[in-house]
Amino acid sequence: MDLQTLTYIVVGATFALYIGIAIWARARTTGDFYVAGKGVPPVLNGMATAADWMSAASFISMAGLIAFFGYGGSVFLMGWTGGYVLLAMLLAPYLRKYGKYTVPEFIGDRYYGQSARILAVICLIIASVTYVIGQMKGIGVAFSRFLETDYDTGLYIGMGIVFIYAVMGGMKGITYTQIAQYCVLIFAYTVPAVFISMHLTGNPIPQIGLGSKMADGSGLYLLDKLDATLKDLGFGTYTDKVRLSTFNMFVYTMSLMIGTAGLPHVIMRFFTVPRVKDARASAGWALVFIALLYTVAPAVGAMARMNLMDTIQPAPGQWLEVDQRPTWFRNWEKTGLLKFEDKNGDGRIQYVADKEKNEMVKVDRDIMVLANPEIAKLPNWVIALVVAGGLAAALSTAAGLLLAIASSISHDLLKGVFAPNISEKSELLASRIAMALAIAAAGYLGLHPPDFAAGTVALAFGLAASSIFPALMMGIFSKNMNKAGAMAGMLAGIGITLFYVFQHKGIFFVADWKYLESWGTNWFLGVEPNAFGAIGAVVNFAVAFLVAKVTAPPPEHIQHMVEDIRVPAGAEAAVAAH
Amino acid sequence: MSKHASYWKANLRLVITCLVIWFVVSFGFGILLAEPLNAIRIGGYKLGFWFAQQGSIYTFVALIFFYAWRVNKLDQEFGVHED
Repeated sequence: MDLQTLTYIVVGATFALYIGIAIWARARTTGDFYVAGKGVPPVLNGMATAADWMSAASFISMAGLIAFFGYGGSVFLMGWTGGYVLLAMLLAPYLRKYGKYTVPEFIGDRYYGQSARILAVICLIIASVTYVIGQMKGIGVAFSRFLETDYDTGLYIGMGIVFIYAVMGGMKGITYTQIAQYCVLIFAYTVPAVFISMHLTGNPIPQIGLGSKMADGSGLYLLDKLDATLKDLGFGTYTDKVRLSTFNMFVYTMSLMIGTAGLPHVIMRFFTVPRVKDARASAGWALVFIALLYTVAPAVGAMARMNLMDTIQPAPGQWLEVDQRPTWFRNWEKTGLLKFEDKNGDGRIQYVADKEKNEMVKVDRDIMVLANPEIAKLPNWVIALVVAGGLAAALSTAAGLLLAIASSISHDLLKGVFAPNISEKSELLASRIAMALAIAAAGYLGLHPPDFAAGTVALAFGLAASSIFPALMMGIFSKNMNKAGAMAGMLAGIGITLFYVFQHKGIFFVADWKYLESWGTNWFLGVEPNAFGAIGAVVNFAVAFLVAKVTAPPPEHIQHMVEDIRVPAGAEAAVAAH
Repeated sequence: MSKHASYWKANLRLVITCLVIWFVVSFGFGILLAEPLNAIRIGGYKLGFWFAQQGSIYTFVALIFFYAWRVNKLDQEFGVHED
């Protein structure tokens, strides 16, 4: 059977499964819609959180970035897992104890006022929409390859599917669907990795294969061979090339970690477990399921790079002939995401670091994971499976994020602030309209994404890191943090981060709207905009503490509330209270 | 000191211990000390590289379960557990 038909069948079958589950578990009340009635056990919640968490950035984009950054790509691996440690110890159990639906709701109550709540909603929407742009890029790449069209068409089709998908179910539908999606995506990610690891090193476990010797009889370790090949072509070695600078890697990792602990769609997950105890365990289970993919990803990245180099340069000095291009190469050319140019007219494709001589003029990093099984000549069903897995990852996260956006608009803004008497039915309708608008905005911006999928998502993490995380953490760990301090901190943190990001990428990521270009790029201590969230968070903390010091302490009842959320006892009562 | 206050103090001590380990394996071994550690090898892996792309992640998983286990015990000890 040809690849296209097979892909249709596999993608179709997985979609039918998700939609079936969504219909079976359709949300009927707002409680179901937002937090699945607080009845999800920790292991399953962990699995669903993992699916929610691992988006197009993790599945489609990350290994591709690692393939090209090498050691520098470690920022994603550590950043997107280490955040769970912060989440489990600093936020999840306390927010579960507090027992409400949304992050802005907590911020509004803790900082006693609608203004704090509205500010939190704004920060949350900015971060989440940026995140959805990254998903749209991933979905666009997957659909364009799968339907063999250009990227833009793939993106439009993806928008339609996300819309139908997210609007139909609520969190309850999503929780069970996400468990199915986790299974599909982890299977789809691991199977090709096992094949490729086996083929290259003779060891089927990718985590071990990456540290093993090549099976080609050369006796070289895979990583050593990769280092040597890349060095010869002027690319810099794979295993120790830092991303810009050690300091940049440090803040990049920090930014992703605290962003993880500040993103509303992940935090919301911990409102869905029955007890405080379960919130702690859930974070651990989530990370187990995430680690399954994240420890395979470096092997996928290194091996994909190896296979790519070997395809274009089958033997040292022997470059691929233009009319010998394999099918996968030609197919990806159709999407516009892969381009070559025979600059010296020798009928062969040279791939070197030197920009003048390099003839692989465009290799979009986001195609690597999807192209990887084809490059390695794996059977067609594996390739079809990877497309299905990539879509599962992108859809599950997009749906979770859209839910966070929708609930913050309908629940926090409408019901909480502007129209407290709104009926449950109108609230649901409003949240669906909000989802549709968010998809349209993110899709439109996804036509010209500010970065590769994982890079765009990193920007979203920076925004969450600089605004939401400090406000939540101080709300729990500092009884004296008051409204003025927290709000000033959030404004300063997200303000300075947006200033830096938009200066580099353009206002709202529209490239024509850049400003202060004479300042150059990465001017702040060599930090790239994707990594700036950690600096924004430091500013947030500092401003908050300074302002809180010179303004009145929070009222007595707020201090009692903080004392109360610090101990697990009485959590059931907190749930019953609303 | 009240029961709740001493529970909170014990919890903070535990959190800080865990976060020190969290920092050392990732930012320490994986980034700041990666270069010297790369002189040591396990198989084809240079050690600093291994911590950055593998070891830190395994440690994080272990840390969360360790924390959950310890803090659940604290809950019992101080009598602040859920029913």
